[in-house]
Amino acid sequence: MLTLATGNKAVAAAVKEARPLVIAAYPITPQTEIVEQIAEYVAAGELSSQYIPVESEHSAMAACIGASVTGGRTFTATSSHGLLYMHEMVHWAAGARLPIVMANVNRSVGPGWNVWAEHTDAFSQRDTGWLQVFVSTVQEAYDATLMAFKIAEHEGVLLPVMVNLDGFTLSHIMQSLETVEIGDFLPPMHLPHAIDVEQPCAYGPLTGPADYFKFRWDIERSMRDAPGVIAEVEREFGERFGRRYGPTEDYRCEDADILVIALGTLGKEAEVAVDLLRAEGVKAGSMRLRWFRPFPDLDLRGRDVVVIDRDYSFGFGGVLAHSIRSKTGVEPFSVIAGLGGQEVTYDDIADFVRMHTPGTEYWFGVNGHV
Amino acid sequence: MTEIRKEEFILKCTSACAGCGGSLCLRYVLKAAGPDTVLVVPACCTSVIQGIYPATAVNIPVYNIAFAAAAACASGMSSAFRALGRKTNVIAYAGDGGTVDIGIQALSGAFERGTDFLYICYDNEAYGNTGMQRSGATPLGARTTTTPGGKPTTKKDLDRIVEAHDPPYMATACSAYPLDLYKKVKRALGIPGPKFIHILAPCPPGWRFPAEQTVEMGKLAVKSGMWVLYEREYGSLTISAPSKAAMRKPVPLEEYIRRQGRFRGITDAALTELRHQADLNLRRLTREAEGIC
Ligand SMILES: Cc1ncc(C[n+]2csc(CCOP(=O)(O)OP(=O)(O)O)c2C)c(N)n1
Ligand code: SF4
Ligand SMILES: [Mg+2]
Repeated sequence: MLTLATGNKAVAAAVKEARPLVIAAYPITPQTEIVEQIAEYVAAGELSSQYIPVESEHSAMAACIGASVTGGRTFTATSSHGLLYMHEMVHWAAGARLPIVMANVNRSVGPGWNVWAEHTDAFSQRDTGWLQVFVSTVQEAYDATLMAFKIAEHEGVLLPVMVNLDGFTLSHIMQSLETVEIGDFLPPMHLPHAIDVEQPCAYGPLTGPADYFKFRWDIERSMRDAPGVIAEVEREFGERFGRRYGPTEDYRCEDADILVIALGTLGKEAEVAVDLLRAEGVKAGSMRLRWFRPFPDLDLRGRDVVVIDRDYSFGFGGVLAHSIRSKTGVEPFSVIAGLGGQEVTYDDIADFVRMHTPGTEYWFGVNGHV
Repeated sequence: MTEIRKEEFILKCTSACAGCGGSLCLRYVLKAAGPDTVLVVPACCTSVIQGIYPATAVNIPVYNIAFAAAAACASGMSSAFRALGRKTNVIAYAGDGGTVDIGIQALSGAFERGTDFLYICYDNEAYGNTGMQRSGATPLGARTTTTPGGKPTTKKDLDRIVEAHDPPYMATACSAYPLDLYKKVKRALGIPGPKFIHILAPCPPGWRFPAEQTVEMGKLAVKSGMWVLYEREYGSLTISAPSKAAMRKPVPLEEYIRRQGRFRGITDAALTELRHQADLNLRRLTREAEGIC
């Protein structure tokens, strides 16, 4: 069905289609619309999930963990301070191999209080063992949320998935949305280690180094298998519903001499910049990174690369720029832009490409090259 | 007379200290709950007592969870089980630190939401797992590793906090009265909604008394009136038999205090204050039981 929806409403609509057994969540700007819409679905009887209006995000994730281990599908949504507040449980969910799906509406972190888009919140959970996907349109928010359940619950993955969408620039903008009837694309969840009172065992007890190490390796092994599962799920989704996704979304990249790499809505904005630059005779392309964990293999040989980071690791550099440098060996032009919701237009992005100097870092709107 | 189930769910290989009141309680809690039960355990001595992976000393599923998260995790689990049409008992079994301090927000939230579960706080009056630091439940004057001169403030009144949530069932118990505990757990599990049991669990290394005196120490706590056994079902309070007996012929508080190394050097003022609070508590409870509150 074709409708108009915000990014938040699209996520809620996908959750409705996925029919989780339990949803536990706590409101925070700009995620609120997701939890409100889900509460309405439940109140109206359109969704039969147990909705637990917990008293904090730490409890939201703890409740999802308790529910997930019974073998039921679970969902939560948060943002920024909420995500940081649940951090301990974010680790726990992955370590416990629970296929929880969480929407994170990307927002900056205080102080000062700032509710606008930034990716620092998601990156602060980088090493927790969650898969992380970044989306750029309302439709993609919907599709990625549906696929997230299938990927997380796949027996070769069994890890939680975080669907990241930019606060306001995606969560609150209206675009057309084609909803689907999910059918058997999403079969009932099967958790091999679900609690069974007939087969009592201890979950997460004291564990010595040898076994602990094996459990950690097992998470990494699944992370390494995940790209194959993701590709399979995205291919099946494309065949069934006609929309195709991959680890990156490439726009005019084939013959490009210079690539812009960014996440979320900035990656989409870059496509317009590419058209502007092409009109000037600059062979630019946009490679919007969708999956951040597991980090995809990228072939960037022989091209210049401009990486836009809507985040910063203080004392180190842009997280995305450094990830790309260490994964591919290229020396990108690292642009720090959009912090705290700073506006970054396609003209600005075209400027980044025009001024690019490989191996340097540029803070947009502050002091130029550093 | 109540028949206590013969079946054991705590196997003979726990790593509890000798004379551990907390694991004694768990044994009776699980006997009362039976095999269709999941225990949710935050960081505490009970996380250690279970043994080391892949061995376990508990013969029902135990879900270990982060320190602050027992009530919230149990909340999600209970919702899921009920949605799946299963009656499985969900019991959060947490220490006093995981209850009165770091876990109180999750506990309050779960009770306010009417979660169908039983929350048990076994109270050894300090952080046992990490080597006996003070908790909010440590009594006035007790020495812990972070209150080397004796705790300067009084024990947080957890029961009045829980009572403010108006749960359908709440009770106190003590490891020295296993039959009383057993009956209370059975009673609690027969009632829908959030239930709460607060168990005093003497801890020989923490309280500094010989390991063979755990039962005696629990009895002295009750007989001296420091710990009052009662249950409150749908708002109606009954003082339990051992405490009723103690009220008729109380043992002097010093009997209880003197036997524990943690109270060594306690000041007269602190002792007077402890006595005053015990009296106040007992008076409040008896008035409520008699319907004069
Ligand atoms: C967030 C967090 N902070 C601190 C700890 C360390 N820690 C583990 S158990 C514990 C004390 C537990 O005390 P209590 O709840 O009274 O249980 P007991 O050990 O006495 O049985 C502490 C401080 C932890 N595991 N997690
Ligand atoms: S420290 Fe105390 S509560 Fe902990 S295991 Fe030992 S006796 Fe039991
Ligand atoms: Mg304790």
